[in-house]
Amino acid sequence: MKNRYTYGEAIRAGFEYLLDNYPDVFVIGQGLWSPWYVGNSMTDLDKIYGTERIIDTPVSESACTGAAVGASIVGMRPIVVHPRMDFMLYAMDAIVNQAAKWSQMFGGQSSAPVTIRGIINRGGEQGAQHSQALHTWFAHIPGLKVVMPSTVRDARDLLISSVLSNDPVIFIDDRWLYEQEDELETVKELDLNKQKPEIQHSGTDITIISLGFASKLARDSIQELLNEGISAEVIDIRVLNPLDIAILVDSVKKTKNLLVIDPATKFCGYASEIISGIVEKIEPNDLISRPVRLALPDAPVPCSSILEAEYYFDKTDIINTVKVILKK
Amino acid sequence: MKDDLKNLASPLKLPQYLKVDSCDEKFLKEVLNLMVSIRLTEEKIANGRRDGLIGGPVHLGAGQEAIAVGVSKHLNKDDAVFGAHRSHPHLLALNNNYHKLFAEVLGKETGFSRGMGGSMHLFDRSSAFCGSTPIVAGTVPLAVGAGLAFKLNNKRNIAVSYLGDGAIEEGVVHESFNLARVMNLPVLFVIENNLFSSHMHISLRQSSNKISRFAEANDIPYSVIDGNDVVAINDSSRKLIESIREGDGPMLLECITYRHYGHVDWKDDIDVGVERSEEEVKNWKARDPIILLSKTMINKRIIDENYLAIIKQKISKKIESAWDLALSDNFPSKDSTLDFVYSRQP
Repeated sequence: MKNRYTYGEAIRAGFEYLLDNYPDVFVIGQGLWSPWYVGNSMTDLDKIYGTERIIDTPVSESACTGAAVGASIVGMRPIVVHPRMDFMLYAMDAIVNQAAKWSQMFGGQSSAPVTIRGIINRGGEQGAQHSQALHTWFAHIPGLKVVMPSTVRDARDLLISSVLSNDPVIFIDDRWLYEQEDELETVKELDLNKQKPEIQHSGTDITIISLGFASKLARDSIQELLNEGISAEVIDIRVLNPLDIAILVDSVKKTKNLLVIDPATKFCGYASEIISGIVEKIEPNDLISRPVRLALPDAPVPCSSILEAEYYFDKTDIINTVKVILKK
Repeated sequence: MKDDLKNLASPLKLPQYLKVDSCDEKFLKEVLNLMVSIRLTEEKIANGRRDGLIGGPVHLGAGQEAIAVGVSKHLNKDDAVFGAHRSHPHLLALNNNYHKLFAEVLGKETGFSRGMGGSMHLFDRSSAFCGSTPIVAGTVPLAVGAGLAFKLNNKRNIAVSYLGDGAIEEGVVHESFNLARVMNLPVLFVIENNLFSSHMHISLRQSSNKISRFAEANDIPYSVIDGNDVVAINDSSRKLIESIREGDGPMLLECITYRHYGHVDWKDDIDVGVERSEEEVKNWKARDPIILLSKTMINKRIIDENYLAIIKQKISKKIESAWDLALSDNFPSKDSTLDFVYSRQP
């Protein structure tokens, strides 16, 4: 049976599936008893599952995230919700020093199967402290898995996979993806360890690798590129860490041109990791053009709408960049 | 700094004998033996570090044994105990397997954490010990979360968070107190107030030396006691833990104590300790938990003058052979660096 969902509704469907089927799952975070902060992704969960399992909290990101980590260590599968990822920085010790290292420090005898959902809530002149996309920070930390769904299906299914994973997972969704719609089959549980980057459109002229919101823009560019006679292979990263790079390498060997799009600041960014990871695994003449990164300027996000519009790339920027790479 | 602890922070003004009339002989001998064993283990580790056999830093709990020994009497293996950087006694009080501790501080695969943790990262879930890590206050919210898990599952288990007077200066502790209280979680916060954070005396760091003022601020019931009095710790923790198991929410036990060694390794730290004088160390050592209890037991004719020397000799022998065994144990295999980064559970 198929049902139609928006991306936000698909996340909510993921929560429902987990709460229905796994009594060890609970959700903790700010605003959960009045979840207008998080679009339609958590509506009424508190009413359906009760305020014991859907826990609204004091303004204490650090203690609440730490508490979820602690609960996971003794057998629960908590989901922490940070409606603005920027506030999650208060919880870095619990995430980076504790959860990420819990398995390794104790020789694999314990782990912290917590899922920490950070929402990128950019746009609307929210500025420097309400707009950050910090996935690369977390992808740098061994022991964390980092998941960034860009499709309606992944929004639901990778949330479920994240919570069922035995490792701590940073699950990052982007409010600019929430309006996408798709029809979804009933849930089939997917092992997060087996999730790889996905070729969402096959092509022969250039490989476009992207993540999160950028993957939506990349998909939106496919037709216009075809109209210009360009066949792009579009690959969505989905799981940033651990990364299975083989699919990316094979694609680049085929198309011989590479654009990596990261919806975050450029310096030391995820696109750099992708390019170096690929370049290490191909021959010097496998590429016929220089690999290119398209990312955000190395500046905090500005507020003013004029500057904000300049700051973010869009579909046209992707198309133009591809044309420059292919000299078209 | 306001001296709100008064006599509790002055070894010369505290009683030199314990009140033990409520305890039976068996209990007293048991806790004395355990404290002696932990002390000798810590001394062995101090020597191993001094002699260069232990490669990493060790934060020793000699002088503070009474706290973990008294509290652990009331815990069971399904409770959840979280420690910090000075946690050898916390673990040994639950599972006095000094061989596994020696192996761990030596980085051997037979250690508590399979040689992956060393002194500062200890784990033994079979005895309720969920983990100790050295980021100051890092495990405090984790203990609150374990308490939350117990509450959600309607269990009578409790979480224990050991923290020091330094940890209280971290913001997350105050968030954790508030969260535990607001959610009425089964957590015992055990404050080991040894008056020092690393080299700095509490008077240079806080406006009062009484940590439980923060329990008051959060409406958390608490006791402040002599942390070198194992009987008092046993009594207070029993009452608090029973009450927590009954669903009365978080409680706090503040134990005033003193560490024999400096912050890290085998040295006294009198040279680097701000306000840590030779005189003060001497006074506290004269009133350490083992001396206090054995003096009292001799006075009550429960043991004779030679008892302490005899058990020390007996335990030392076992400790020596456990140490030698740990020295001969295997290191983890050289190719195991990536083995435990992610969970191996299916």
